[in-house]
Amino acid sequence: MSGPFHTQLLNLACGLFVLTAVGVLWRRELSALIGLLTVQGVALTGIAALLAVDVGSGEAIAVATGVGILKAVLLPLLLRRVLRRVPEARETAPLVNVSASLLAAAALTLLAYAAARPLVALGPEPTAHAAPVGIAVLLIGFFLATTRRRAISQIIGVLLIDNGIAAVAFLATGGVPLVMELGVSVDLLLAVLVLQVLTTRLQAAFGDTDLDDLRELHDR
Amino acid sequence: MVAPLPVAADGQGSRMSAGWAVAAAQAVLVAAVAPLLLGFTRAVRARLEGRGGGRIAQPWRDLRKQFRKEPLIPADAGVFFAAAPAVLTATSLMVAAAVPYLSTQNPLASSTDLIVVVGLLLLGTVALALAGLDTGTAFGGMGASREMTIAALVEPTLLLSVFALSTRVGSTNLSAIVAAGTTDQARVFSPASALAAAALAIATLAEAGRLPVDNPATHLELTMVHEAMTLEYSGRDLALVEWASAMRLTILLGLLATVFVPWGVATNLHPVAVALAAALFVAKLCVLSGLLAVAEVFTAKLRLFRVPELLAGSFVLGLLAVITSAVLA
Repeated sequence: MSGPFHTQLLNLACGLFVLTAVGVLWRRELSALIGLLTVQGVALTGIAALLAVDVGSGEAIAVATGVGILKAVLLPLLLRRVLRRVPEARETAPLVNVSASLLAAAALTLLAYAAARPLVALGPEPTAHAAPVGIAVLLIGFFLATTRRRAISQIIGVLLIDNGIAAVAFLATGGVPLVMELGVSVDLLLAVLVLQVLTTRLQAAFGDTDLDDLRELHDR
Repeated sequence: MVAPLPVAADGQGSRMSAGWAVAAAQAVLVAAVAPLLLGFTRAVRARLEGRGGGRIAQPWRDLRKQFRKEPLIPADAGVFFAAAPAVLTATSLMVAAAVPYLSTQNPLASSTDLIVVVGLLLLGTVALALAGLDTGTAFGGMGASREMTIAALVEPTLLLSVFALSTRVGSTNLSAIVAAGTTDQARVFSPASALAAAALAIATLAEAGRLPVDNPATHLELTMVHEAMTLEYSGRDLALVEWASAMRLTILLGLLATVFVPWGVATNLHPVAVALAAALFVAKLCVLSGLLAVAEVFTAKLRLFRVPELLAGSFVLGLLAVITSAVLA
């Protein structure tokens, strides 16, 4: 099952994976960000499913199904619930403006490809060649989480980081054990649930979810 | 040693002359089709908006009317103002003849490097911007400054998006890229070319002054870019500038169609193949300009300060396309 068509599909999924990460930096509407995150979840599921078909084991297929349910269905649903409670539609004033952050994304992607050279050199398979894609998304996620003000954008940044890590794990190793994937997934779900509660409390206390209002946690 | 040479040279000579004929045919075709394409875009848009709209040949009629009128040159305008229409038209015709729209066997092929094509287009843009400054009016200067801002952001994207295709061919020659595309159909639909096509489409909109970047149908002082530079032109000069702008749109849409959907481009100089290529070329242009009209119905003009975001986005798409084609495939 690893003919040229299979490789093309894998490349397509990887391309979509990075593209949605760049799109998250591009758009300002929070609902559009959640839509892009959903598409990214689908792309990640595609990567996992293609690798599972490649390996052909039931465990890998179970992992791909789990990833699909969590990343493409459950997490976007949770985020949409948060968005309904918190009535702010747009990321109005990011710390770095949109054009600069897009150029930063380009630089981060180049950095990821430069840094992942040893990883690519591990094997001649197309999966190893695509591994830098995951690192690029990870870096873009970090960038998003540090430069955006709205709580929802920051949660999306954290989720991008996790998607990136998951993609590197899949692409570099050719599959993750079910127990490990289950642990990571439940952990992530719990984190998002906690962040959801936190966001709602922020909204109740300050009237918006600008995290710069949390002055009391700062060192004086 | 002596005998075969004239025969070979003669064969070479007739091939060369056929090649020049195709190049000239291309330039004539683009020049003839460009105003019609503009009329077609306007007609589709009018129909979608529920208006009657003009006929498809209306831009040609406008051009004919303006060509008969005497151009007026402002008292303070200098040589740049007088030269710009000719430079703009000449560069457009040059690019139209050189890009392999109909056949990859173009006598200009050895010099139709991507960088030459982008450079020629930029030469026309700069000529018009200088003309806008030359008149000394406030609007001309404003339009020129905006046009240069946009051009500085668009040119890198134009280059990058076609570089993504040239990495797999190993050459920046457009004929080589198109020839590789016609022989190797499977590689035309790769993630890299999808990303590059998206980047080039956005760059085309910006370079041709279409809707999200510049509204071609308005003369509102605060928003116009291209119209502000051509405000002082009249008569024959205005006709040349408008004609060249229409040709630039056709050239860029044709580049998009030829590079990313290279089906039907002839790889030889046989008249039937070239005629078929011409028909397919016009059909592709119609599809693309129809899509452009539909997209323009649903989009509003961006604020000028949001335009760099759009162009930075297209630059990133182009860069990702280059990375993907260099590393993934």
